[in-house]
Amino acid sequence: MSQPDAEIVQFDNVGLRYGTGKEVLSDVSFTLYPGCFYFLTGASGAGKTSLLKLLYLSQRPSRGLIRMFGTDAITLPRERLPALRRRIGVVFQDFRLVSHMSAFDNVALPLRVGGVSEKEVTRPVADMLEWVGLGDRMHARPATLSGGEQQRVAIARAVIARPDMLVADEPTGNVDPEMALKLMRLFESLNRLGTTVVVATHDLHLIQKVPDSLIMRLDKGRLSDPTGALRYPPRRSAPIEAPASL
Amino acid sequence: MNPLAILLARWRDREGTGEARLLPEGELSGPMPWVIAIMIALTVVAAASGLALRNAAHAASADLEGGVTVQIVSAAPRQRNAQADAALKALAGAPGVASAQRVAQDDLNTLVEPWLGTRPGDDVEALPIPALIDVRLSGSATPDRIAALRARVVPVAPAARVDAQAAWLTPVFRAIDTLQWLAGGLIALLAFATVAAVLLASRNALGNHRETIEIVHMLGGTDQQIARVFQRTMAIDAAAGGIAGLLAGSTILLVLARQFAGLGSGMVGQAGLGWLDWLTIVAIPVAGVLLAVVTARLTVLAALRRML
Repeated sequence: MSQPDAEIVQFDNVGLRYGTGKEVLSDVSFTLYPGCFYFLTGASGAGKTSLLKLLYLSQRPSRGLIRMFGTDAITLPRERLPALRRRIGVVFQDFRLVSHMSAFDNVALPLRVGGVSEKEVTRPVADMLEWVGLGDRMHARPATLSGGEQQRVAIARAVIARPDMLVADEPTGNVDPEMALKLMRLFESLNRLGTTVVVATHDLHLIQKVPDSLIMRLDKGRLSDPTGALRYPPRRSAPIEAPASL
Repeated sequence: MNPLAILLARWRDREGTGEARLLPEGELSGPMPWVIAIMIALTVVAAASGLALRNAAHAASADLEGGVTVQIVSAAPRQRNAQADAALKALAGAPGVASAQRVAQDDLNTLVEPWLGTRPGDDVEALPIPALIDVRLSGSATPDRIAALRARVVPVAPAARVDAQAAWLTPVFRAIDTLQWLAGGLIALLAFATVAAVLLASRNALGNHRETIEIVHMLGGTDQQIARVFQRTMAIDAAAGGIAGLLAGSTILLVLARQFAGLGSGMVGQAGLGWLDWLTIVAIPVAGVLLAVVTARLTVLAALRRML
């Protein structure tokens, strides 16, 4: 078991409430290390999506401290958020594909936002879509894709720019078991290339497919630590085969 | 889809860089090109009117600057003629007088013709029309110089009235001045209306694409990138609207110019536009584009700042 280089995410007594309602997250404290694979589990309504929103900087907490990639994310000026967000790949639970764009353009979006030239966009995006089995649906709009196909486009979009951290909210909810396993292998590939992966799921079968993973459990907005993920230094595994585009 | 929209869509497609594809540009501004075209056409007409009025006032003012009119107001023709001759003699030797010329009776008849008529049976001679002497000074007709002329003429021609010609047109100049301010006010209102239209269009477009903007934000897109998409679209729409508006406004001006040329009035004849004026008019669409782009950018940036 190797020592972590440095924590990439640190939550300290974080609480979150929407409006004047009761806290959906309370006293959440944990540290995520680079190159680790985390599962975030919990029943529906436990606060998984809220915690992920904090992780991908879509929401500010009501209280507590959050450090991301060595930067205080609470006091960070708004104009510096994009630079942090570009280091995070997100698979949204509802996919959030851009409806007027083709599958190709949706996957290319993080690269274009990052200022990658059109010449350098085409090949990796095509390869990635090919890898997730959508090579023949590149020019299809999201509305014409099935739920599973949309999910694969969303995953391709999240990983195309090789983020430092991948955050996925129920990423295999709409795909068949074979594709779910394939996607997990993709996440593992990314993980072994150094990307920290956080997957929110309540699919125990999926968790068992990734033996080196660490589990964080949310229960009514409070975090527990069944595998010691929050207390002990993380493990890193040997690299496995990654898709060509990665 | 109308021809202008098709043309703009093709233009946008040619310009479609990766960043431009972040949002569906063709749907951002809707009828903005037409709104801007109307605003620019009206601004062109208002600006051209203001400039033409200014030119007319300047030309009339220059013509009348050193002009003095001496009227011999006497009902007795013989006495009137005698006093006119005496006044002419007195003026001829007066300091600062460049020329002094009696207006011929035929010219006077022509001058009053529209009011008194010259149909057979009209007796113009029966009316006591004053004798007029047109005096040109070497400088401006200041009140002091008018007073000095009056002191020289009145002793030899007691029925004489000495007035600066510019004084006759003072109410006209005031009216022109007011009309110029009115034109300026109209231009300011049109600019304000343009800003308001662009602001509403930008907010509307932001609302329609809020979800896409949030996704772009989540993927690390900056406010500047999103604002650039909006301002680029607005620039293209405003440029198309500006050109259409300039053409429409210029056509209206040409029609108006023909109508006014037909009047044959001296002052209206001087109300033309110089090359500098046309340059100013051509600059109106450019200013419109700049105004629209800056407004779109500031509106979008202000709205985006309220998002995380």
